[in-house]
Amino acid sequence: MSRPETPVPLLSVENVTRRFPGVTALNRVNLSVYPGEVLALIGENGAGKSTLMKILAGVQMPDEGQIKVNGTEVTLRSVQDSQASGIALIHQELNLSGNLDVGANIFLGREPLMRCGLIDKRRIRDQSRQLLERVGLDVSPDTIVDTLPIGQQQLVEIARALSINARMLIMDEPTSSLSTHETERLMDVVQDLRRRGVSVIYISHRLGEVKELADRVAVFRDGENAGELSREEITHDRMVRFMVGRDISQFYARRPHTPGAVALEVKDVQTPANPGHRLNFAIRQGEIVGVAGLVGAGRTEMLHVLFGVDRAVTGSVAVHGTSIRVNSPFDAIKAGIALVPEDRKQQGVILEMAVRANIGLAGLRKHQRRLGFLNRTQEARDSAQMIERLSIRTPHERQVVQFLSGGNQQKVVLGKWLAMNPAVLLMDEPTRGIDIGAKQEIYGLMEELAEQGVAILFVSSEMEEILGMSDRTLVMHEGRIAGELTRDELSEEAVMQLATGNVAAGAHPK
Amino acid sequence: MKKNLGILGILAVVFMATAMGSDSFFTAYNLFNLVERTSLYGIIGIGVAFVIITGGIDLSIGSFIGLVAVAFPWLVITHQIPVIAGLIGIIALALLAGLAHGLLITRLKLQPFVVTLCGLMIYRGIARWMVSDRTMGYGDKAFSGLKVLVGSLAQIPGMQNFAWAKHVPVAFLILIVLGIVAAVFLNKTIYGRYLLALGRNEQAARFSGINTSVMIVMAYVICSLITGLGGLLFALDYGSIQPDSFGNFYELYAIAAAVLGGCSLRGGEGSIFGIILGAALMRLLMNSISMLGIDDQLEPTVIGVVILAGVIVDELVKRFAARRRAILQARQAAS
Repeated sequence: MSRPETPVPLLSVENVTRRFPGVTALNRVNLSVYPGEVLALIGENGAGKSTLMKILAGVQMPDEGQIKVNGTEVTLRSVQDSQASGIALIHQELNLSGNLDVGANIFLGREPLMRCGLIDKRRIRDQSRQLLERVGLDVSPDTIVDTLPIGQQQLVEIARALSINARMLIMDEPTSSLSTHETERLMDVVQDLRRRGVSVIYISHRLGEVKELADRVAVFRDGENAGELSREEITHDRMVRFMVGRDISQFYARRPHTPGAVALEVKDVQTPANPGHRLNFAIRQGEIVGVAGLVGAGRTEMLHVLFGVDRAVTGSVAVHGTSIRVNSPFDAIKAGIALVPEDRKQQGVILEMAVRANIGLAGLRKHQRRLGFLNRTQEARDSAQMIERLSIRTPHERQVVQFLSGGNQQKVVLGKWLAMNPAVLLMDEPTRGIDIGAKQEIYGLMEELAEQGVAILFVSSEMEEILGMSDRTLVMHEGRIAGELTRDELSEEAVMQLATGNVAAGAHPK
Repeated sequence: MKKNLGILGILAVVFMATAMGSDSFFTAYNLFNLVERTSLYGIIGIGVAFVIITGGIDLSIGSFIGLVAVAFPWLVITHQIPVIAGLIGIIALALLAGLAHGLLITRLKLQPFVVTLCGLMIYRGIARWMVSDRTMGYGDKAFSGLKVLVGSLAQIPGMQNFAWAKHVPVAFLILIVLGIVAAVFLNKTIYGRYLLALGRNEQAARFSGINTSVMIVMAYVICSLITGLGGLLFALDYGSIQPDSFGNFYELYAIAAAVLGGCSLRGGEGSIFGIILGAALMRLLMNSISMLGIDDQLEPTVIGVVILAGVIVDELVKRFAARRRAILQARQAAS
């Protein structure tokens, strides 16, 4: 890719490789960004985007390859190095100290001092005001950050990045928790930064936004460059094809279904996180229902109530027509509900324990011998069976889960639940952070389970996954189910309309 | 087992060195005392291991031992209660303390350190107050039945023909029985597995359907019950109890034995055999210090240095292993 007007890219990444135990996260990756350019970086979860961003932010070092800023090779050993090179990362989970005010956050770690050694509050206030104006945020520098809505907090982060004279902003999923209005505002700020010559690497799963904003799109797949699209080449279909490496119809293994009897019925359930709304829906046997929505829409909270991690304020849940009380995960499991949680390492597996012990964990009580003695035969049988059925790649069943790749760890979680033969499988971001091969295996497995009559409810922030896998989609917005989309009504636009609070035509508001 | 080799090695080296450096080390009297004290410390080490495995801690052990040691003669002698009833009283007391610790930690989400630190102060105060700081004795003939538990050799049924069987202290038998029960519980039952799992990652354990709160409460109850047993044995062994100091720092020795034996204070790890070895090493060091004529005042320092050295070596070995594994995997990935 050459550009006659700007032959030297502001940033170029050349043949960068980074390995982790069991997986090559980046394999000889190349990327260049020119001054005043918005480069969108897209790819499915586990494609290597975040690893590259961490390398650029100085959090991790590449195993091989070079990074050049303005044509000069740089070594980014720390966040300070990276900032000194003019690179600032705005992380998906914002990195602000919520208990401090806006000014203090902007200058955190670089506080201007008075001659006596105390912090020069006046200078902070004055400079903060200018920076806030540049990002179009009309709040006082003395406002405590926690009192601001999430969209405004993000603008504070951008102001901080500008305060270190960043020439290159990396934004990781900046809109995943923003409302429509906040998203529009952010897009304006990005456009404005571009006019001022700041380059932006914009990572997003929202292909609609990418189309609107990007000068160029780079696509990663499985830790490698999958392709690039210039401004005029950007279309939804092309982006998806690069992301999944083939036609989506083949990648997502959906076949038409005839759902059976109602497996899970949720009536008037109020979650402690969003007690203002009642959740109502039902899932049939053999049906795969997707739950879309912005980060913070209350999707995980809903699953936690169904699985008994949190108690419902009111409402009833029935499995196969039998009303059940779910006061703990134990109750849920007994009723045939399983949850593949969002945070695999904290909630899904016990990293320091063996594959076998992890797979057996949920069934210990069911298979116990007299006096509570372990049934090791059953445990060994279950784990051997699951390793085979899910093709979990592990040297042996006594391997500690920590040393498996993300995809195989997720399969261990699935194995733990499949050994229990659940009637209802809840999945929270089932393919987050895993490679494309494992991803496809998990989709195949979901399909297989649905065919066997398991009812599947899965939450996903990845649009392609929602579009590709669900028979029916529930869209959540601010704690309530904003609408339901059938397979025919399903489109990125329809989901986003509901997810950001605009009720679209064709949707059924509840 | 492999993990315990290191401490077994140190134990052997210190044992040999002391045996060579001192004439009075290899006497029946000294060895008997060594084994007996090892047994008592090992017992409370096993107790605290249960809470350490859950990622918790019990700092109240020493004070609770003091309380038990004072309360038992207070019930039996001062209040003329039958010995059996007194024992039941002690068991009830231990149950109550363990329940209180566990419920405060799981229901109110208080930190184990804080809860048991308060216990440490509360139990000590009660022990001193109930007998007005008077020294309590175990000389009364009411205790003579229990006295066989300490200071005497065991008659192991069916083993009379073996020479070694005539030299086993009763307290050591208690330790072995308790150790076997604890090891079986930890490694062979679902409850032991639950404790190990929740000690590593409580959230994941809960998400797998384990009632982690009940298990944690159970761990504190087990710890207090075993501490109660240990307290009685210590009291019978010493015979004369100063309410203001009896049992002081025993929680630290128990924790040290558990850590030496491979328990991680982060939870989820622990071997009963290792803890017994840890207690043995600690007692052996104390014994060696007096046998080899090192100044008594330095005793805590020597123990501290040895434990620190052990933990450092353990950490270095782990890092070395991790690095080797990383290199191996990188090589595999590259090929």
